[in-house]
Amino acid sequence: MSAAQPTDAREAILSRVRAALVDVPAGPPEQETPVPWQYGAATGMADVLARFAETVDDYRATVVRCPPEQVPDRITEALRAAGVASVVVPDGVPEHWRRAASEASARVLHDEPPLTKARLDECDAVLTAAAVGIAETGTIVLDHRADQGRRALTLIPDVHVCVVTADQVVSDVPEAVARLAGSVREGRPLTWISGPSATSDIELDRVEGVHGPRTLVMILAG
Amino acid sequence: MTPTPSTPPATGTRPGSGTVGKTRRTPAPRETFLGMPPFPTAARGGLTNSQQRRNLRHATHTIRDKRAKVVAEVDQWEELRVAGAAIKDRALRHLDVYLPQLEASLTAAGAHVHWARDAEEANRIIVDLVRAAHAADVEAATSAQVAGGEAEPEGETDDLAPRASDDLEVVKVKSMATQEIEMNEALERAGIAAWETDLAELIVQLGHDLPSHILVPAIHRNRSEVRDIFLREMGHYGKPAPEGLTDEPARLAEAARTHLREKFLRASVAISGANFAVAETGTLVVVESEGNGRMCLTLPRTLISVVGIEKVLPTVEDLEVMLRLLPRSSTGERMNPYTSMWTGPTEGDGPSDVHVVLLDNGRTDVLADTVGRSALRCIRCSACLNICPVYERVGGHAYGSAYPGPIGAILTPQLRGLDNPVDRALPYASSLCGACFDVCPVRIPIPELLVHMRHKVVEKKKHDRRLPTTEAATMAAASWLMGDHRRWEAALAASSGSGSVLRRALKKDRIGPLPWPAAPWTTTRDLASPPTQSFRSWWTHEHEDPAAPGHDIPGATPEQGGSR
Ligand code: SF4
Repeated sequence: MSAAQPTDAREAILSRVRAALVDVPAGPPEQETPVPWQYGAATGMADVLARFAETVDDYRATVVRCPPEQVPDRITEALRAAGVASVVVPDGVPEHWRRAASEASARVLHDEPPLTKARLDECDAVLTAAAVGIAETGTIVLDHRADQGRRALTLIPDVHVCVVTADQVVSDVPEAVARLAGSVREGRPLTWISGPSATSDIELDRVEGVHGPRTLVMILAG
Repeated sequence: MTPTPSTPPATGTRPGSGTVGKTRRTPAPRETFLGMPPFPTAARGGLTNSQQRRNLRHATHTIRDKRAKVVAEVDQWEELRVAGAAIKDRALRHLDVYLPQLEASLTAAGAHVHWARDAEEANRIIVDLVRAAHAADVEAATSAQVAGGEAEPEGETDDLAPRASDDLEVVKVKSMATQEIEMNEALERAGIAAWETDLAELIVQLGHDLPSHILVPAIHRNRSEVRDIFLREMGHYGKPAPEGLTDEPARLAEAARTHLREKFLRASVAISGANFAVAETGTLVVVESEGNGRMCLTLPRTLISVVGIEKVLPTVEDLEVMLRLLPRSSTGERMNPYTSMWTGPTEGDGPSDVHVVLLDNGRTDVLADTVGRSALRCIRCSACLNICPVYERVGGHAYGSAYPGPIGAILTPQLRGLDNPVDRALPYASSLCGACFDVCPVRIPIPELLVHMRHKVVEKKKHDRRLPTTEAATMAAASWLMGDHRRWEAALAASSGSGSVLRRALKKDRIGPLPWPAAPWTTTRDLASPPTQSFRSWWTHEHEDPAAPGHDIPGATPEQGGSR
């Protein structure tokens, strides 16, 4: 594009916006248009963890609930059950989880130096932690810190084993956004995952697994 | 250098080439939405088809039932709707503040911001960006070769051999904004192939078709049609469908996965829209189901997002309201499978070259109408389509734009203006039954806006001195009729068959469309059977029949949904 063009367009659009809004009284937007909503409130529910396990299960993801000390055993079992030959484990994942993965799988891959897309495409599974779990919607949110890895890791392999700890689980979306706002403000990308990849594009029939991992195993510790 | 995951599709003759004297890169759509499409001729075949109507009816009813169920789970649904409307209003009424804020946040996060007044400008910017990205790839490859000549590079990298300059391509996430500006065709003209990656969009693209629903663009196709399209077309543009492909949805999805994966792994540029853009942080949000969005947003080096200026939200916290309203209203799920948020480029994760094109394309005109402006709250959930008795019968193509259904009937004539007959007729594509308002997650008063737009149509006609006097007189009469509910019904009852009379008048005298429900509207589009009844009397009649669709619309609680 020519150098002058973008600036012209910017000025033109912004002046049209200002002209379009002459009827709006001046003043801070928060006062001029109040939003009658209490942000960040919890949604009442009897048992947040039970509800989380139930809603994740609703998406046809596999849910395994166990005491924290059994997490490594459950990781080994999940990877064995999926029959994977290789698993990528981000470097921030706790060492005993990584060992558990190596017991199940022939090959544990590091992402350091970063694996190419082609290598990742050959990899069967990924093991990660999570940032937040949302009980009401059965959602796992990743903010891609070191124990979750960069986004491609949890996208390309076909099996995702994800460990969520009890203290990470909140009632509903507002509490989750409140917890995650810091990560967003730091500029971290977020991925919200609710069940395995799915489509309903053909006659509204739900089909699991189009492009993302087709198998999602959620291990809930606590 | 890593080998390309598979060989690029052979160039050469491709079927469905619509450009004379030039080989197309992507399947040619049979028609386009913009620039006065040849409705009467090209489109007539499609929607008169009773199979398509059955598909559509099945789909809309399935989604509305799902929506009803998940909406009923939420105690505060009404409060959420009110909050959602207020948040969007706040953003829209203060766009003069939030747009520059969004720009500043994006820039601070390392993204490049571009402004586009209209479709043409947006497409020009995008073409230039794709070409620049390609040039950068070539440069990177050249310097890698030079370095590689002296010493073995450390480990593998994702740098692929840059494509020949006449073989550029991009992968695309489903986006209403890019459909609105007909970006794919603009890229095609520039020699750039744009690959749709959403399953439904892929079906539409490979089928040489147009989307007919915001959320489920191939809603008019059934499984055996999809199979036939895949078998016939995939091999021309990449990995062919496996031999012996059945019409089982899981097998069809698998075929799409394989066909698209090579494109994802190869692509160096992706183009997306955004469901929301947070002014405070410069965060963009894409809500989807299949993971094709994540592929596009994560794997390529360059990401270009086309964002309508009405997508702005003031703060991160506003997402808590929108992310509760959208999936339930849209796909009828508690949450859609995947939502991605990104704030400029992230070191070592995803695209390093991030662009945002802020698009006006008529939105400031909508904003200037103090009544019509509420249409800009729309979060494209498609609940109003799924509930609409008119949409269910005529299908999405009949609305003549990327935005079908009730929202299209109010948004398109505002975005594009009332200069052409197609757009002037749209506000009449409704029975004013009100179901759309009841289900709208951001409480857009669609029936009121339809009436408002009808008045604008009439006024425009009245004030247009070049009009033939007969038309001006008809407009005045129509205006009087529409001013009162009872006069209107009586007039319609008295004039069954008026549609065909008006149609004849329309054809013979070449006067513009008349403010009659569905008359000119059905002329330029392909409603299967010409209305011997008016929409309104048809609706009343249907509404009394307990078995009729739409009868199950509860007053306050909406009941359907579907999104991505
Ligand atoms: S229901 Fe409302 S938000 Fe959803 S598409 Fe229709 S107008 Fe837009």
